[in-house]
Amino acid sequence: MNLYDFTIEELSQKLSRKEISSEELTRVCLKRIHETQKQLNTFITITEEAALETAKRVDKIRLKGEKLSPLAGIPIALKDIFLTKGIRTTCASRILDNFIPPYDCTVYEKLKENDTVLLGKLNQDEFAMGSSNENSHFGSSRNPWDLERTPGGSSGASAASVAARQCMGSFGTDTGGSIRQPASMCGVVGIKPSYGRVSRYGIIAFASSLDQVGPFGKSVKDVAYLLKAVAGYDAKDSTSVPVPVPDYISCLKKDVKGLKIGIPKEYFIQGLQKSVEHAVQGAIDVIKKLGADIKEISLPHTQYAIPTYYLVATAEASSNLARYDGVKYGYRAKADTLKDMYQKTRGEGFGTEVKRRIMLGTFVLSSGYYDAYYKKASQVRTLIKKDFDDAFKTCDLIVTPTAPTTAFKLGEKMDDPLQMYLSDLFTISTNLAGLPGLVLPCGFDEKNLPIGLQILGPHFKEERMFQLGYAYEQATEWHKRTYPV
Amino acid sequence: MHITKELIHHLAKLALLELTSEEEKRYASELDSLIGYFEKLQEVDTSHVQPTYHVVPLRNVLRPDEAKKTFGITDLMSVVPLHEEGAIKVPKIIDIE
Repeated sequence: MNLYDFTIEELSQKLSRKEISSEELTRVCLKRIHETQKQLNTFITITEEAALETAKRVDKIRLKGEKLSPLAGIPIALKDIFLTKGIRTTCASRILDNFIPPYDCTVYEKLKENDTVLLGKLNQDEFAMGSSNENSHFGSSRNPWDLERTPGGSSGASAASVAARQCMGSFGTDTGGSIRQPASMCGVVGIKPSYGRVSRYGIIAFASSLDQVGPFGKSVKDVAYLLKAVAGYDAKDSTSVPVPVPDYISCLKKDVKGLKIGIPKEYFIQGLQKSVEHAVQGAIDVIKKLGADIKEISLPHTQYAIPTYYLVATAEASSNLARYDGVKYGYRAKADTLKDMYQKTRGEGFGTEVKRRIMLGTFVLSSGYYDAYYKKASQVRTLIKKDFDDAFKTCDLIVTPTAPTTAFKLGEKMDDPLQMYLSDLFTISTNLAGLPGLVLPCGFDEKNLPIGLQILGPHFKEERMFQLGYAYEQATEWHKRTYPV
Repeated sequence: MHITKELIHHLAKLALLELTSEEEKRYASELDSLIGYFEKLQEVDTSHVQPTYHVVPLRNVLRPDEAKKTFGITDLMSVVPLHEEGAIKVPKIIDIE
């Protein structure tokens, strides 16, 4: 077994026992990155020197016998949407191509406090807008399971990098499914925490009422360790909620007997790939055997989730992206007047999908259309949230497929934006309601492409999702399968 | 609701995005198709429903009005594309006759 195949927990134990050093582990990851970067195009910036420096520093501290965090010396990577001081942060956009942030996001500050090793910044869809990692100024990332296919998006490379064993854990963001769908398509574990659980300070904003930060890992336990390190109230984020963070690790071994699991009938539709349906049904059977109570529920407004999301999210995005004007930072186009500078900078600096969404958002908020579109969507959002609130009165958790299909081919959905948007159907409602969602492997299709199971929970009940996820994972072997090298 | 090239041109002006004529045509067709699909929401009865703009029960999150040191000028100026003597330089804003 290669060093990079071990989980964070196993590596942490090896580091504690001084069987390996962080420097050794970091070098193994860097070698892996160099071997696979050309094929996968996962990294936008590789911070090799800084990574080795941190690793050596942590090794020194450990030799002195000082107590360290379970994540100390573990090499991880961050989606290029996280501001990292002094380290180029592009958001996969030409408009931030050479942007060097003057400050760190809170999540990275916390990871530094935990002495993690940063390997670099990961590719993504530009400004987190996309479901395939194809909308990147730096080219598409590819799925390690099949290089002709996308890793999903927008945190595609964050999922692919873990699946390909380039890093031992990573972080992405999820606004409409951008952690969960790539986790499903790359066969790794990912979690979108509850809205307000993790600080958004220093995370480049797409849709401020929907965005959340979350980790990817090889196992449920690894993801629990990573979430624990970054979750919690932050005074610098006014949407951060001051609730205590449970010890997620201690919640893992809990029995699932008697846990009530709701299966929403609206998620088992005609467009669902047969092998996905089969794998998810299989997972539900396993969960039933573990002692949980399964019942069918209804989330009646599911069919309105996509229009609701694309009206609300684009409206918020059009506002958030107004700041990119070439004045104080980022790309600045050559122009003779200020107005021309704004228009050219934004016209040249933003990619196609970003401009599409800015215009959609501008339309939705504009005079004469605001009530019919943005306000209407915000009202339907209330109904979507209410569907979940009602469901959680009689269920502890909800289980669904993550995506209607397994990983699709590069270029397959680029000609029709609506086709791309429809692939978000099962993940999108979660963000509208602000709820947490965990995804973990539950099978493979006939082409050996991964299928993810989605577990949804009530607000701030991530520990309950980990409880079920861990029990299911330990009762199955899916997480042990790695992609053909 | 039909999205025309003229409406796209108007939206691009509002959003300060310079688009080519080709882009305007393409976006008009795409947005027309998308808005057409989004009209689905009109099926939903929202007559007594309050809009949700924000999902957590937080309101007016404030901090004490105390001056704090956050970033130094050098840090912030380090990312400015063009600056002179501590000021951000941009193309002409006002035309003085």
